[in-house]
Amino acid sequence: MTTPLLELENLHTFFYTDAGVARAVDGVSFAVGVGETVGVVGESGCGKSVTALSILRLVRPPGRIEPGSVMRFEGKDLMALDEREMQHVRGNRIAMVFQEPMTALNPVFTIGDQIGEVARVHAGMNKRDALAKAVEMLKLVGIPAPEQRAGEYPHQLSGGMRQRVVIAMALVMNPALVIADEPTTALDVTIQAQILELLADLTRRLGTSVLLITHDLGVVAENCTRVIVMYAGEVVEEASTSDLFARAHHPYTEGLLGAMPRVGGEKDRLATIPGTVPPPTNWPKGCRFRDRCPYAWERCETEHPPLYQIGGGHTSRCHLAEEPERRQHPHPPLAAQRGATAA
Amino acid sequence: MTTSARADGSPLLAVRDLTKHFPIKRGIFGRVDGAVRAVDGVTFDVAPGETLALVGESGCGKSTTGRAILRLIEPTSGSVHFDGQDVLALDAADLRKLRRRMQIVFQDPFSSLNPRMSIGAIVREGLTIHHLAEGSAADNRVRQLLEEVGLRSEYATRYPHEFSGGQRQRVGIARALSVEPSFIVCDEPVSALDVSVQAQVVNLLQDLQRERGLAYLFIAHDLSVVEHIADRVAVMYLGHVVELAPVEMLYGEPIMPYTQALLSAVPAPEPGVKRERILLAGDVPSPANPPSGCVFHPRCQHPARDAACAKIVPPLEEKAPGHWAACIKQPPTAVSWEDQRAAGATNQPEFFLPRAALHRSA
Repeated sequence: MTTPLLELENLHTFFYTDAGVARAVDGVSFAVGVGETVGVVGESGCGKSVTALSILRLVRPPGRIEPGSVMRFEGKDLMALDEREMQHVRGNRIAMVFQEPMTALNPVFTIGDQIGEVARVHAGMNKRDALAKAVEMLKLVGIPAPEQRAGEYPHQLSGGMRQRVVIAMALVMNPALVIADEPTTALDVTIQAQILELLADLTRRLGTSVLLITHDLGVVAENCTRVIVMYAGEVVEEASTSDLFARAHHPYTEGLLGAMPRVGGEKDRLATIPGTVPPPTNWPKGCRFRDRCPYAWERCETEHPPLYQIGGGHTSRCHLAEEPERRQHPHPPLAAQRGATAA
Repeated sequence: MTTSARADGSPLLAVRDLTKHFPIKRGIFGRVDGAVRAVDGVTFDVAPGETLALVGESGCGKSTTGRAILRLIEPTSGSVHFDGQDVLALDAADLRKLRRRMQIVFQDPFSSLNPRMSIGAIVREGLTIHHLAEGSAADNRVRQLLEEVGLRSEYATRYPHEFSGGQRQRVGIARALSVEPSFIVCDEPVSALDVSVQAQVVNLLQDLQRERGLAYLFIAHDLSVVEHIADRVAVMYLGHVVELAPVEMLYGEPIMPYTQALLSAVPAPEPGVKRERILLAGDVPSPANPPSGCVFHPRCQHPARDAACAKIVPPLEEKAPGHWAACIKQPPTAVSWEDQRAAGATNQPEFFLPRAALHRSA
């Protein structure tokens, strides 16, 4: 990795609900280097999006970033900033691209106004300069007839166009880091290809780092240099993309890769991961994946696995790192033996 | 079993020239001013026990087609025959009887289950309506169905909100199976699910098909899932079927330039392999005002594309045995060169298959 731009250490974000304390992000540490595109993958409920919101300190009550969590960005301690300083970071230095472009845009303002607003608020531009900036940004993200489009409202644009507008908004201040939370999930596959191409091209040209949150391993394979796999509020595996696809270590990663149908792949029965993610109010002790794991043994019941170093910057939160011979003896996971898991 | 191959080899479902236009109303008097041509002359068959996938991007008319076949929305014109019966001619009572044989599983497992009904009651409803079982016999059947789709029978007394997305989709499948259909429209049944759960539901659908000889119309936009589950695939664009072929042929040698672009856009889950992409220019045109001639021509990347493509509506024709495509520039075509030239053609048809469209390494 290059010089770290963002470093998370032991990030804990909990939600204090009537059903108990939901430990949505439970001790997450990772770093993003300058100019690097890092993927974060995992199923819904594993803590990906809450991690993203925590970095921007956008977690609202009953959620709370717990004391002791460390987030360093460009050498600054994000936790120590007051709200005004934090606002300066948001938009100026870190920008976010959301999944649903329609809800990220305000339906009653023109897109020129909305992109321009970023320049007005963060760079103190006047209205005319801000509009010119908006047109320039629309041109940058490949929207045809940008002068005319700037005067249109979000509903007049297609889904792919709207996502381009959201990306344009994110890049107005030339941020050092863009957090993209499932930026193409709501889009069709041909549009997805366009948007990812655009994001890759812009970050190459501008030297922006990207934290790309997705559930699609295909998207990760093509766009990211490194991958972080999250499960049940924790990082369970981290590796370079090529390492992860060639030598997945954690049984959860192995399961995700096996469950993915591939165009041109074998047409065997798809591998599945039986059961579902446990509720965040009640993570199992020991290994959180053990009920769904085909290798789990007694040790996994009681001993919570640390992130083991398995060489070359590849880490895995699985006791198999110490007892690799157990991989030779898979068995039906507990969740499969129980039939479908409890709701 | 009711769904064993029909003796005369005729299809279970025959859809001919199906059309659904939604009128566009303007002004306070609702004056009709044009129409959204959501489905515009769709023709295909589904054989007993077969999975035909209907793929395409949002707005291409695939879901509308599925619903029009079941008459959940009334088609504008065309015909639908199921097991020899003319579906569009049936009155309400006969249609209800037919629905026993034709079922649907919806995309969104959250909005398709009544939150005020227990899982048991949801699955039981069909049994009651069609007088298939009552009292304790019905209770037993519900328990049996839940177990068949991989849910515990004790769950019958629970409510939808207590279940995850994948489990709700299993309930939706149990509900469809309760009336013992021979044909199920699966409308994006796994799109809302995580990949591991998606694999569970795909496997379940395949197991049920094997055990019961079910035929599926599998509507989806995810081309990797489709390749996995389908026997044949129909590709839709702007209300038209533009290509229809057995799955190996469609993925091995896509003919229609739109299918080629669609396949090239699927991310390859192999790091380091940067796929070549056919990047389509612009957006899908509005189905209220579709392009003339071939509806795909404004975005087409075929090197022989010319003025004739904007004039001649390409027929869906058999380019190779079993492989149908609508393109006058991909030979062989029944649209003669004279006719093409009369429409302003300058380029002879010439077979085009870019490498970017292929996923299997040659």
